[in-house]
Amino acid sequence: MHNKTIAELAQGLKTGDFSSEELSKSFLQRIKQYDTDLNSFITVSEDHALAQARAADEIISKGNATALTGIPFAQKDIFCTNGIKTTCGSKMLDNFIAPYDATVIHHFNQAGSVMLGKTNMDEFAMGSSNETSFYGGVKNPWDTSTVPGGSSGGSAAAVAARLAPASTGTDTGGSIRQPAALCGLTGLKPTYGRVSRYGMIAFASSLDQAGTFTQTAEDAGLMLNVMAGFDEKDSTSVEQDVPDYTANLNQDLKGLKIGLPKEYFGEGLNADVAKIVEEAITEYKKLGAEIVDISLPNSHLSVPAYYVIAPAECSSNLSRFDGVRFGYRCDDPKDLEDMYKRSRGEGFGDEVKRRIMIGAYALSAGYYDAYYLKAQKIRRLISDDFKAAFEKVDVIMGPTSPEVAFKAGEKSDDPVSMYLSDIYTIATNLAGLPGMSVPCGFSNKMPVGLQLIGNYFDESRLLNVAHQYQQTTDWHKQMPEAYK
Amino acid sequence: MEWETVIGLEIHTQLATRSKIFSGAATAYGAEPNTQACAVDLGLPGVLPVLNKDVMRMAVKFGLALGAEIGMTSVFDRKNYFYPDLPKGYQTTQMDYPIVGKGSLTIELEDGSTKVIGVTRAHLEEDAGKSLHEDFQGMTGIDLNRAGTPLLEIVSDPDMSSAKEAVAYMRKMHSLVRYIGISDGNMQEGSFRCDANVSVRPKGQKEFGTRAELKNINSFRFVERAINIEVERQIDLIEAGGEVVQETRLYDSDKNETRSMRSKEEANDYRYFPDPDLLPIKLTQEFVEEIRATLPELPGAKKARFIKSFGLKEEDINTLVTNRETAEYFEVVVEKCGDAKLASNWVVGELSGYLNKEDMDITASPVTADMLALLITRIKDNTISGKIAKQVFEALWKGEGKDADAVIESKGLKQITDTGEIEAIVDEIIAANPEQVEQFKAGKEKVLGFFVGQCMKASKGKANPGQLNQLIRDKLK
Repeated sequence: MHNKTIAELAQGLKTGDFSSEELSKSFLQRIKQYDTDLNSFITVSEDHALAQARAADEIISKGNATALTGIPFAQKDIFCTNGIKTTCGSKMLDNFIAPYDATVIHHFNQAGSVMLGKTNMDEFAMGSSNETSFYGGVKNPWDTSTVPGGSSGGSAAAVAARLAPASTGTDTGGSIRQPAALCGLTGLKPTYGRVSRYGMIAFASSLDQAGTFTQTAEDAGLMLNVMAGFDEKDSTSVEQDVPDYTANLNQDLKGLKIGLPKEYFGEGLNADVAKIVEEAITEYKKLGAEIVDISLPNSHLSVPAYYVIAPAECSSNLSRFDGVRFGYRCDDPKDLEDMYKRSRGEGFGDEVKRRIMIGAYALSAGYYDAYYLKAQKIRRLISDDFKAAFEKVDVIMGPTSPEVAFKAGEKSDDPVSMYLSDIYTIATNLAGLPGMSVPCGFSNKMPVGLQLIGNYFDESRLLNVAHQYQQTTDWHKQMPEAYK
Repeated sequence: MEWETVIGLEIHTQLATRSKIFSGAATAYGAEPNTQACAVDLGLPGVLPVLNKDVMRMAVKFGLALGAEIGMTSVFDRKNYFYPDLPKGYQTTQMDYPIVGKGSLTIELEDGSTKVIGVTRAHLEEDAGKSLHEDFQGMTGIDLNRAGTPLLEIVSDPDMSSAKEAVAYMRKMHSLVRYIGISDGNMQEGSFRCDANVSVRPKGQKEFGTRAELKNINSFRFVERAINIEVERQIDLIEAGGEVVQETRLYDSDKNETRSMRSKEEANDYRYFPDPDLLPIKLTQEFVEEIRATLPELPGAKKARFIKSFGLKEEDINTLVTNRETAEYFEVVVEKCGDAKLASNWVVGELSGYLNKEDMDITASPVTADMLALLITRIKDNTISGKIAKQVFEALWKGEGKDADAVIESKGLKQITDTGEIEAIVDEIIAANPEQVEQFKAGKEKVLGFFVGQCMKASKGKANPGQLNQLIRDKLK
């Protein structure tokens, strides 16, 4: 059962090959078997999952099942879950139980799906290797000495090892696409505003977007069908109809214009990764697509602009973690200032502190114009680059990550080299565009991801483009030997 | 040296919405601590603000009433600082793009002259919670009921040059926000409070002196006293060779002094930036016109109309139009009794006196406009005298009758207009006071008053004063 897609599992549930309870138990069993080593879950919600599974079986037996009814999922521990601990990978929230569900969670519950547990992640989603988690790093199932990527490392590793058929993640600068690439999965980050951010603990509000880790593009479409939509609780969610994201999967790609930005194939890109990505492009040519060379001239500014805007927003978003109302509070504070300093000093890890300090600095009087305002201007330029590009092409393609999964500890003392892991993904967030990562081969037995970038609200086309590729290749079907 | 005072006011007025500015929690005053604070007000992780549209409507209404520029695109910003009763670690406010731009307000001064005070801007923001220092040994309690309450901060230009002008401005603004129904203006509950920026400079000097900001003053009287004491302090300081420092000061009404809270050096760097959780407010002209159509007649227009149609003293009209309820009450009385002069006298005089004594709002007055109108009608048709009317009013105030007629009837206060009856009283009094009769005849006109008084007393105040006067004169001749 564990190596099936959502679509296949839904079929199995419908025809009674297995029940949701059996299915959920089998995944819970796999979690018990493998996760002590992988560490992809922070919380496994067994009782809750089985109760949901039994409720789903009831619905299925009455013939009222919808696409995700009875399907088990792993949820990134950034989504608040009513009554179940939500830590965001931080000591700060080790004791936090939200009295509400994130809108994403609410949608999964409404769909009758099952939550197996909450997955490990970089602390407050700040990291590209999952090593900043208070709950320890996560191992990449393809090679347990390497990282799964981040920040949604737990969600990626869990699906890669088939401890869950699919999972959710969030992507602020590449936190879905990069781990999807490093773990050989299909990752989807929708357009900013497509999925509600309500109840999703904020890192950088103007960049954060929830998305999916799946085995196939079709599964991503099935999940997005449930997750997407306007939410009156999130003013930045967009009031736009939700199409059936699986409706266009089977369209052929004849005449599709694929843009290849020269900036995504230059210095810093691992040669083997470049070669594999180029092979994938060749495959698209075979499918009838037309290749157009394009330029995104401000690409080199995306990492610096991002590392001003994201920390600036995070420095403010994380102010609420002050030890006053919830979360970690230091022992025996002397006075108010001592309580603030020690609660935050002891409750946050180094990377979070580093970004809060960068952000506070960028926003401070006298520096605001030079940093924050300038970064916002660059952000506009980057959006304009994409706008111009999408007048010529339908989809943009390139590598998701400059290299395959790196060794644990390799970059943890070098923040800048860590930040460069997201060099190809960050611009998409700055512009608010949808992006995907699709498995397209292996370099030294480690998965390589092909990045697809679409125009605003063009998720249907992205999924179609990914799905067609997955009809003629089987990279997405590969899984690590040890977890078969 | 002669000194000149420069004052600018920042008025915080709480908007009269049922729910908070960014959440659905109630805004009612006086609830048990933390019973009106939802996840958004508590700043729990992941929750997001959603703008209450009524807040936007009220702010635009204010801007239109003031004749100010309306910010067709306004933006919410975050003002970042740590304080236990500030749940998110930032206050959501408006910095560069406020919803109301430049405007002005004309104030009337005691000498009857007027002065135009510039209004720099008015912006929307959320209130913080409250720290409770009593009842918590060695700890501080936090009540977040207030957190997220919608405020409109109205910032004036530094155009006022005395405490009296500042009070006149504040009163006028208070009247305006209540007129247009965007705030209850309740100062005890903190719905209307101000910060005063005060500085002094040698008379004639162009540059401003260094200012001190007096925080959170919540009564007209305290504003006047706080400014006066601060001006005195600054002048004394400078004359003694010292220098005013830019700082925030607190007015202590018990000691009648201002005290330093924090200086500029200790001031926070608020790291303002646009709130990424809230989209800019974009208004359409159509929406603005819709709001304009809901504006009531404003005090200035009302005053002009009262002068034109009723021909009253300006001083009385000022009192009548201070608030919408009083003006409306007055207009009902005039309409029903047909005598603007008497109606004005009674509303400004007797009624206001009673209301002030009991610190009561006119809407709560036990003597309704209809009741007062009937009372005045009974003066006009000679059923009672003006003097007796005051007795009737008191009885009505105390609830001793459903209307003037009922009180007059039950207390037997109907005026005596029967000439024979009055004559009998006059005859009796004249007979009993031969000495005074002689004095009158000797030319001492003053004695007339004595006779009127005695007769009135004998009639228990009910004799028609005109008839009585005439009869006494006739009889004494």
